[in-house]
Amino acid sequence: MLIDFFLALRRHRLPVSLKEHLMLIEAVRDGVIGPDIDAFYLLARAALIKDESLYDRYDLAFAEYFKGVQALTGLDADIPLEWLRRQAELELTAEERARIEAMGGWEKLMETLRKRLEEQHERHQGGNRMIGTAGTSPFGAFGFNPEGVRIGQDASRHRRAVKVWDQREFRNLDGTAELGTRNIKVALRRLRRFAREGAADELDLEHTISGTARNAGLLDIQMRPERRNAIKVLLFLDIGGSMDDHIKLCEELFSAARSEFKRLEHFYFHNCLYEHVWKDNRRRISERTRTVDILNKYGHDHKVIFIGDATMSPYEIVQPGGSLEYANEEPGAVWLRRVLDTWPRTVWLNPEPEELWNYRQSIAMIRDIFRGRMFPTTLQGLEQAMKVLSR
Amino acid sequence: MRFEGSADYVATEDLKLAVNAAITLRRPLLVKGEPGTGKTMLAEQVAASLGLPLLEWHVKSTTKAQQGLYEYDAVSRLRDSQLGDNRVQDIANYIVRGTLWQAFASETPVVLLIDEIDKADIEFPNDLLRELDRMEFHVYETREMVRARHRPLVFITSNNEKELPDAFLRRCFFHYIRFPDRDTLARIVEVHFPGIRKDLLREALEAFFEVRDTPGLKKKPSTSELIDWLKLLLAEDISPEVLRSKDRKTIIPPMHGALLKNEQDVHLFERLVFLARQSR
Ligand SMILES: Nc1ncnc2c1ncn2[C@@H]1O[C@H](COP(=O)(O)OP(=O)(O)OP(=O)(O)O)[C@@H](O)[C@H]1O
Ligand SMILES: [Mg+2]
Repeated sequence: MLIDFFLALRRHRLPVSLKEHLMLIEAVRDGVIGPDIDAFYLLARAALIKDESLYDRYDLAFAEYFKGVQALTGLDADIPLEWLRRQAELELTAEERARIEAMGGWEKLMETLRKRLEEQHERHQGGNRMIGTAGTSPFGAFGFNPEGVRIGQDASRHRRAVKVWDQREFRNLDGTAELGTRNIKVALRRLRRFAREGAADELDLEHTISGTARNAGLLDIQMRPERRNAIKVLLFLDIGGSMDDHIKLCEELFSAARSEFKRLEHFYFHNCLYEHVWKDNRRRISERTRTVDILNKYGHDHKVIFIGDATMSPYEIVQPGGSLEYANEEPGAVWLRRVLDTWPRTVWLNPEPEELWNYRQSIAMIRDIFRGRMFPTTLQGLEQAMKVLSR
Repeated sequence: MRFEGSADYVATEDLKLAVNAAITLRRPLLVKGEPGTGKTMLAEQVAASLGLPLLEWHVKSTTKAQQGLYEYDAVSRLRDSQLGDNRVQDIANYIVRGTLWQAFASETPVVLLIDEIDKADIEFPNDLLRELDRMEFHVYETREMVRARHRPLVFITSNNEKELPDAFLRRCFFHYIRFPDRDTLARIVEVHFPGIRKDLLREALEAFFEVRDTPGLKKKPSTSELIDWLKLLLAEDISPEVLRSKDRKTIIPPMHGALLKNEQDVHLFERLVFLARQSR
């Protein structure tokens, strides 16, 4: 039974590992808790969930799993409508879903169910029979035991204390952490690769001392090159237009990146990449850099980060002359592909909420060009991006 | 061995359960929470109530994992060599034991506190994986294997300044101490000020949460600030009436400097009160 619990948590995208699951089983076996569901809820949380921002998701998963168990065993009738809906939508086949639609949708189905329940309760109180038989009744067909279902009846709730996991006290903790410079730095540190390169120009005190000590006191001076973050980064920042909404975030990202990477070059572009970029936004016309020169100058080992909302008209990506800035000879898509060919470690960070991406054609196009390596500018997104870059 | 809370420390049910799970399985317990929620104090209290010695390792940004195991004191050895001391021949004389080693070597089980692990470099927790898992490590200089006689009860605290590595997290039990609700906070206060007047406590908590809920504070007052503030109120014999008001938003509680330690926060709070008064 516990393995189902484990799988249920995984289904809710909770990052629980087998190692932790075994730890939980061990704790149950060693009598940390008695046969008490509330204690189990807490124990499993302590063993499996290592991030309080996931507590809410855990509560949901827990509620869902244990209500499912209760429904199966018919032990405790307290299944909220919402659970049924989610459960069903997760597990129904397309065909079944179509049948529900044909019957007038979920609301209708539940309404009917409620009526039938009431009728049945009038007829035989506390009866244990299913409503309808499998195959003939819509309810039976979906494998519910409507006896175990109380829809919109709050009576049982008043009788029983509401379970902790139903209170969902951690609701406001869920969600992606806000980015602050500090958080960004921590994420960027994933890219660190320290190396001592170049001339030995730093006194290696520790080794000098231990060398001298091992040398029975004869001074043994040791030098070494300074330790530097050897990662080389190119940053391409979309500036102006719709990006104005994201200025603060971009500044934070930029300043964090600058302090983290000694070898960082940055360039500005507008909406999409074309023949030219610029380094100083005030002199965007007079002091432009040819994109070709950048492609030639910086080696394949550079990590490249684009920051932009990728929100524009599709023309700006695929059409020669589509640029807002000037008449570009080649479409932006060509330039983006060149970038990806030159620097295999390239990602795109998009400050627009990820839920919106599917609704913007241009985002989908650029994401395609980037072979899916577009990430939201949340802490999680940033970490994924850094993971990809550091591979 | 079971931890049931103590007279000096208010432990909620969920905290006790996490502690006992960690104690039973001898796995580290990682405790996270806002500053002042009693993370550090927990280890002290567990040690005291189980009657075990407490070993503390306070982590700083420069702390290296190796320092918890041992350090090789080359400078002393160098000095001894200059003085012609015979000890110099044996490198073992210059191996200085760290907190972890002391915990492993102890004749009785101990409580080991690794405080503020997130202060160190992000690699720090990874460097301790094997040591915390197997409770053993190798001393390179003397070719010696150090194994724990008794697995220590390890408590690790974090303020969440940095994310901890997954591999590390998988080896720990985890508990997040939420900021206490009103009842828990009242219990904590009574631990510190037994027999405090009920009406004073009620008004003080009311005023405290009002300050705490001020939007935009850089540092919200925590349990320790509340306790410091109450200490002042009691010392000055402030009466509950002073704290009471029909419209709480319009009073500045006495000695609010003990609650808000940051100058900006004090200004912000005073300005909001001022605005609230004006708008009446
Ligand atoms: N549950 C509690 N019971 C009794 N006293 C408490 C409790 N929680 C906090 N306190 C009081 O708050 C003070 C601060 O606690 P502590 O130093 O352990 O907090 P912390 O979580 O380690 O904070 P930080 O993150 O700043 O290190 C304690 O000295 C104690 O006076
Ligand atoms: Mg502390």
